[in-house]
Amino acid sequence: MITTKNLVRSFKDGARETRVLKGVDFVAKEGEFIAIMGRSGAGKSTFLYQIGLLDDPTSGEIIIDGQNTHTMSIAERTKFRLEKFGFVFQDYALLPEMSALENVALPLLMQNMSKKDAYKKSAEALKKVRLENRLNNLPSQLSGGEQQRVSIARAVAHEPKILFADEPTANLDNESSHTVMTIFQELHKNGQTIIMVTHEEEFARLAEKIVRMDDGKISADA
Amino acid sequence: MFSNIGLNTRIGFYLAIRQIRRSSLWTTGLIVFVMVLTFLNLVVVSGILVGLIQGSVEAARTQYTSDVILSTLSDKKYIENSPNIIGLLKSLPEVEKISPRFQEGANLEANYKTRKETDKPNITGSQIVGIDPGLEDAVTGLSKSVALGSYLAPGDYDQVLVGQYLLKQFVPIDSPGFAALENVNVGTKIRIIIGDITKEVTVKGILKSKVDEVTRNVYMTDSQLKNLIDRADGNVDQIVVKLKKDVDPVIVREILKQRGVNEFAKVQTYADAQPQFLKDIIATFSMLGNFFSSIGLVVSSITIFIVIFINAITRRKFIGILKGIGINGQAIEISYIFQSIFYALCGSIIGLALLYGFLSPFIAAHPIDFPFSDGILVAPLDGTLFRVGLLILSTVIAGYVPARMIVRKNTLDSILGRK
Repeated sequence: MITTKNLVRSFKDGARETRVLKGVDFVAKEGEFIAIMGRSGAGKSTFLYQIGLLDDPTSGEIIIDGQNTHTMSIAERTKFRLEKFGFVFQDYALLPEMSALENVALPLLMQNMSKKDAYKKSAEALKKVRLENRLNNLPSQLSGGEQQRVSIARAVAHEPKILFADEPTANLDNESSHTVMTIFQELHKNGQTIIMVTHEEEFARLAEKIVRMDDGKISADA
Repeated sequence: MFSNIGLNTRIGFYLAIRQIRRSSLWTTGLIVFVMVLTFLNLVVVSGILVGLIQGSVEAARTQYTSDVILSTLSDKKYIENSPNIIGLLKSLPEVEKISPRFQEGANLEANYKTRKETDKPNITGSQIVGIDPGLEDAVTGLSKSVALGSYLAPGDYDQVLVGQYLLKQFVPIDSPGFAALENVNVGTKIRIIIGDITKEVTVKGILKSKVDEVTRNVYMTDSQLKNLIDRADGNVDQIVVKLKKDVDPVIVREILKQRGVNEFAKVQTYADAQPQFLKDIIATFSMLGNFFSSIGLVVSSITIFIVIFINAITRRKFIGILKGIGINGQAIEISYIFQSIFYALCGSIIGLALLYGFLSPFIAAHPIDFPFSDGILVAPLDGTLFRVGLLILSTVIAGYVPARMIVRKNTLDSILGRK
């Protein structure tokens, strides 16, 4: 489903060049739940943004569903993300002026779904994350755990092929973190491909496969 | 289609509605207030500037020329064939009333009884206008200009109305070239000197107006002036014509020309009769008004630019998230265009309500008192709507540019807040 070949990402700061990814080769199959672990600065989030098509590699290849993403235009990448990916960010990344329902409905509306259908599907997605009573609440009226569940509902409402999660439990208390991970496990059971970056061993162990990164490379794949 | 402009517009509208609905009421109110001021600046400044002169033009129309004026050809002493022309005018269905006038240049003398042999005579030149008081009042409302004393009655003899600029106490100008009668009030006797004829008359009323022709003339009954100038053939010097409501003066002018009236008289609409310098001043003031309006437009554009830019900069992370989850950049840009349109429309609608609901009727009822005119607010609807269009167009551009600047930034940099 996703293959990367010798993926390199470096950042320039004046004359100084910092290589964050140093030739990553990676494979994720359909339906897998992969946890990417590593110490801070190992390059795990940078790698996630690369395979999530949020950033361009310096060199190397990313092949998703047999399609080399290197040749895609910005608009094609945006379309690809809309139709095939779902994202869960560490800080929830909800739009503050929109209710939970509206936040979840937005990607569906962008896929040209009618407002009625989008709202119906969004309400179902929010029900799955046990937020059926919070549909019309703004993010500021929700707890951190609830906001993260809205974020998950938004990421999966349009049934994406791959769900990317960047440290989804980092800002949550223990109880909320477990709730989020339980939802991920349920999604995985239903066949959802999930690629999650985490630094918490306890949650990484809930994944089907753990990929460890160190100094911009994959050091272990188990 | 993903790149479909319709879909992006729909999403842009969806985003804009939610941003406006949940934005700070104070901020929205302030931006709309700036838009209202800009709108008023666009319309009212130029409207008042043009209105200063337009007020003068309107006053000349209502108080002196009326809608159509027929006057003596430059090479003739009077309008020949006047009785037939008057008959024709009375037969036209477009005409409501007419007032024929006699006119003769004259000198006026005051204080001649108290003057010593060595004193310089107190004389000024003027135009004597002979009128039928009833007809003239019906056409130009001359009686309303009588500030002191009373208006002429049909049978008045040896009684005159004198324009204020012929009297020293109303003209605060002490210039060697400017002569005016001194110590003349209602009831004072003055002399009218027409060629060899001298006639003593009493001032029955003093006319005050902002129309020069009224304030520099002397009015008496037509029957007496006819005798003074020995005009017994029924020919007159001027005919002013008041038309029925909504009749275009140009149409009547053309009818009169078609009937050959222009062979005997100069036929002009009130607009034709305006001096060229007035037309030039209107054009100049209009240009000045447009210049000031343009500055207002630039200021409002900069305001919207700053507002949208700050909004987009502070929301850069959320713009990044929107792009990250697959929302097309064009839809985000359109959302800012909708917000700009919203501000401009709100400002324009409030401005229009203020303009036509309050300012325009108020200034019409209480004209601005300028020395040379009663200033009105000239704001024709078509011109105003054109300016609304300009305001919306400039705010759309001013809103789009900063939004595009922010939307074009790298998605991940926006999400992570990287420079």
